[in-house]
Amino acid sequence: MRIGVFICKCGTNIAATVDTEAVARKALEYPDVVYATDYMYTCSEPGQDEIQQAIEEHDLQGVVVAACSPRMHEVTFRRAVEKAGLNRYMFEQANIREHCSWISKDTEANTRKAIDLVRMSVEKLRFNHPLFSSQVPINKRVLVIGGGISGIQAALDCAEGGLDVVMVERESTIGGKMAKLDKTFPTIDCSSCILGPKMVDVAQHENIHLYAYSEIESVSGYMGNFKVDIRKKATYVDWDACTGCGLCTEKCPAKKSFDGFNEGLDTTTAINISFPQAIPRKAKIDPKYCWYLTKEKCKICQKICPVDAIRFDMKDETVVEEVGAIIVATGFDLVDHSVYGEYGGGHYPDVITGLQFERILSASGPYDGHIIRPSDGKEPKNIVFIACVGSRDPSIGRPYCSGICCMYIAKQAILARDHIPDSHCYVFYMDIRAPGKNYEEFVRRAQEDYGVQYIRGRVGKIYPDGEHLIVQGIDTLLGLQVEVEADLVVLATGVAASVGAKELAEKLRISYDEYGFYMESHPKLRPVETNTAGVFLAGVCQGPKDIPASVAQGSAAAAKTQVLFSRDTIETDPQIAKVNERMCIGCGKCIDVCPFGSIQWKTLRDGSQKAEVLDTVCQGCGLCNATCPPKAIQLQHCTDDQILAEIDVLCAGERHG
Amino acid sequence: MNQTAKRIAYYPGCSVTGTAVEFDQSTRALCAALGIELVEIPDWNCCGSTPAHSYDPLLGAALAGRNLALAEEMGLDVVMTPCPSCLKALKGALREYEEKQHAFLNILQMPFSGQIRAISVLQLLYEDIGPETIRKKIRYGLTNKVVVPYYGCLLSRPPEFAQFDDPENPISMDELLQAMGASVPEFPYKTECCGAAYGVTQNHIVGKMTGRILDMARRLGAAAVAVACPLCQQNLDLRQSQVNRYWHTTFQMPVVYITQLLGFALGIDPKKLGIDKLFVSADDLFKEKSEQPEKLTESTIA
Amino acid sequence: MALLNSLRMPRDCDESFIHQVETESRQQISKCYQCGNCSASCAYTYVYDYPVNQIMRLIQLGQKEVVLRSRSIWLCADCQACTTRCPCNIDIARVMETLRFLSVEEGTVSIKDIQLFYDEFLNSVKTFGRVFETGLLATYNLKAKKLFTDIDLAPKMLKKGKLPIIPHRIRGRKKVSDIFKRFEDYRNKKNLD
Repeated sequence: MRIGVFICKCGTNIAATVDTEAVARKALEYPDVVYATDYMYTCSEPGQDEIQQAIEEHDLQGVVVAACSPRMHEVTFRRAVEKAGLNRYMFEQANIREHCSWISKDTEANTRKAIDLVRMSVEKLRFNHPLFSSQVPINKRVLVIGGGISGIQAALDCAEGGLDVVMVERESTIGGKMAKLDKTFPTIDCSSCILGPKMVDVAQHENIHLYAYSEIESVSGYMGNFKVDIRKKATYVDWDACTGCGLCTEKCPAKKSFDGFNEGLDTTTAINISFPQAIPRKAKIDPKYCWYLTKEKCKICQKICPVDAIRFDMKDETVVEEVGAIIVATGFDLVDHSVYGEYGGGHYPDVITGLQFERILSASGPYDGHIIRPSDGKEPKNIVFIACVGSRDPSIGRPYCSGICCMYIAKQAILARDHIPDSHCYVFYMDIRAPGKNYEEFVRRAQEDYGVQYIRGRVGKIYPDGEHLIVQGIDTLLGLQVEVEADLVVLATGVAASVGAKELAEKLRISYDEYGFYMESHPKLRPVETNTAGVFLAGVCQGPKDIPASVAQGSAAAAKTQVLFSRDTIETDPQIAKVNERMCIGCGKCIDVCPFGSIQWKTLRDGSQKAEVLDTVCQGCGLCNATCPPKAIQLQHCTDDQILAEIDVLCAGERHG
Repeated sequence: MNQTAKRIAYYPGCSVTGTAVEFDQSTRALCAALGIELVEIPDWNCCGSTPAHSYDPLLGAALAGRNLALAEEMGLDVVMTPCPSCLKALKGALREYEEKQHAFLNILQMPFSGQIRAISVLQLLYEDIGPETIRKKIRYGLTNKVVVPYYGCLLSRPPEFAQFDDPENPISMDELLQAMGASVPEFPYKTECCGAAYGVTQNHIVGKMTGRILDMARRLGAAAVAVACPLCQQNLDLRQSQVNRYWHTTFQMPVVYITQLLGFALGIDPKKLGIDKLFVSADDLFKEKSEQPEKLTESTIA
Repeated sequence: MALLNSLRMPRDCDESFIHQVETESRQQISKCYQCGNCSASCAYTYVYDYPVNQIMRLIQLGQKEVVLRSRSIWLCADCQACTTRCPCNIDIARVMETLRFLSVEEGTVSIKDIQLFYDEFLNSVKTFGRVFETGLLATYNLKAKKLFTDIDLAPKMLKKGKLPIIPHRIRGRKKVSDIFKRFEDYRNKKNLD
């Protein structure tokens, strides 16, 4: 092989502590190296030209560049050598910057190390083979998991772009948490009014197929070719027939069903439609509370339904959809505040969550939009809002900020003062986080125009005294304890990962952090992608955020999907595992250990079973290679021979004392 | 529920030999009735309590540690004390032994393994014996009596240190009282401090803090306040007249040790329980002997 | 001691004090984000000169003199409410305890009567091995020149046998006073370091 070696000075980044000229000179002594030089900025256009010219002039078959980390410019250099006619995998990059020149100021030691690193790269290159990717077709349909505002935005953007969209939502209606809100900050827009039209668009769009009251059962396949099993939960109502007239809900005698949409503030009927603007506007029966399904009494709904839509014998049904990309927009749930014994541990009916207060404010809520106390229905005169309940709290393992509470408290306090002009509203806060457009001004409005009393300090304890709740807090700015005789206390409970988030992540083979929020590929530069090809994220499932950011991410995920689908085929990455069938003993250990499910059994003509790697699913992690007893499965471009070559040449090198 | 340790070391503490003598009396009588042998640590010394910690936790740890070392010498692995402050000192010794072993052993100069377990009398009654067992042995109930359980600040706080019951809403005494048929209201001041040791040096503090507690108990219609700490009992009972002076009130609230109540319910002679030593008379409470309470169903607090 | 009118940094921040408090108490003071939950929960705030969260803030800013001369640290009852409620898992009660013995070492105890009471308590233990409550009350009253403390309770206490006249001397009282002696040695060695 004829190898060319290029040592980059990277301005002074490398040259300040590495004698690049000496490294290049030494490189010429290595076997197969016919050309070696150092250069100021190898990644620049002239730098790349240098390499390409050298390849032509010296008839090079392989190139080593010693420079920054491959994570910076490996792609750049591979393209450069490919343009000059080489296979892009006949290229090696030695990291003599992040791993060498940036660590120490000792020029001698760094130069010796750089020499070693280059030696290793040259040796590896001698064992490299050209690798070629293949093209697989893409199924240009996208699955959106979650029908909240983020998922809705993603679905609409994809559908408008001509893609087929399958949306799966586990509640009986789409709309997510935003559908439960009364008004939104900072404009005090009516939430249903701005969300409603989008929900209808989803229902009516010819490119969107909605599975409501359904969950993801399993996912298999790979980017461009996913196969998804969707479980349609039994609603006990034939949704093709149901017109959403609501007659059944009026007559149902089981009136003590848990009302999840109203956050448990009141009860509903066993057969119900979540809320008036529900999409799909169809009835469903809660089997836990239905008299017929629990004790075989009743059946009134079946008798009076004008279109005979009730089906008590309905079972869960599984359907299969095939898609090319998946957008995860599963939203969030609230932190459980019952861990705070000092706030009543969830037992005081007049200590409620922010979401419960939203339902109280809402005209379609449990109290028809009147702010009254859950305990006795009286109008509260003193309302206390407490920030950071379950957020910024290392003692319960949630040190993060939930990002939306400061804003929604200001909104709720403004609305409370609006509903009850002679009320006293207090907000106990630690800090105010209002970074968005018009956010700071909005919080100032609450204090300046609406007379909400903001008190800087936390609340130590809430306890009942007669009809009131005594709130014991502190104003740290003055160092004075502050006690409020409150009628209603609203806890700004923090944002937590959606119930079931971890289980879904495992089905999708995506990662999640210690709180259950899904991991993006890069926290700064790739917020809507995951490390699993073809699976994108949008909204709060990726981390706490407000509605504008959720909508932006929905559109971003849709854009990524469109990019993915802009070609008809996908190029596979050849730096993946490959099985040498002759050496494979068919033990199956690699299949067990593969985290991505990318290895399957293959039966040869003689009946023997061997492992086979699915090109498009394999992520090149190397676990199979490490596990394989005869080392029959090897990671291309990182084979045992190639790695051992590097190690051998390093150990055989001059001892540097 | 732990196995009842039939023989456990007993550390009375200085206050129960003086101002809280009835706590010691009733604890011994009750344990005897329940089949627990209390072996008093021979020649025990004062644990040092708060004053020792004003010099360095090591002093308190060494003073308390001597008692633990003596208990270890007796071959016992559990030591029970009725005083939560002493319990804090005993547990503190175990902690200092972990954190500053060398210095601790140098000052103590006694063999010490740090393996002994220290618990309060309330913890013994609730965890090792349990309300169900007690309910079965009850002869005279407290039916229809409203009794407020006042735990004080140290029994269940801080949670990692105390390792007993809930720090915000403890229920051990509630359940024991309910096992006796008492009506236990929701009491928001269960763990609020009563003024601690400031009775002598800053009497007004005890006046304010204790007064709050007595006032809430009275408003809840309590016939008595049950306690499990000698300092709390001293502030609420002994100093009730001083509290009355501070607030210009006329509280006449009996403040009784949980061990006295349980002893009475088990049929022990009230004289053996030191009922006569209470400053605010609780004779009415102990005179009426109502029948055994109804079978305990799901116990819910108020 | 009053707060300074303004702080000139880094001159007015005693960093060695911050380090000393953190080492002795084993608590990381920088974790405190001044939420005030401790002060909100502290029943003794009404008699403090600085609420406990401000004591924590003063430590963060290295205000050694102000903190060790404060009344707050001597009126604290060690009731554990602050530690129980702190969202940052700081054992604040332990920090207050540390400040108490640091102020004893510095000789800047603000409420002399309380130190007197503790010293008489410990003298009793040193002598008898246990606290002789009657004796403690007597000597405290004399030395604090408050002859009538609890005199209103004395008759009833005597009647009910709660005021023993004779102290109980334990057999091992020499062992106990030896513990005190060895502790003094340890303390002196530590202060010399």
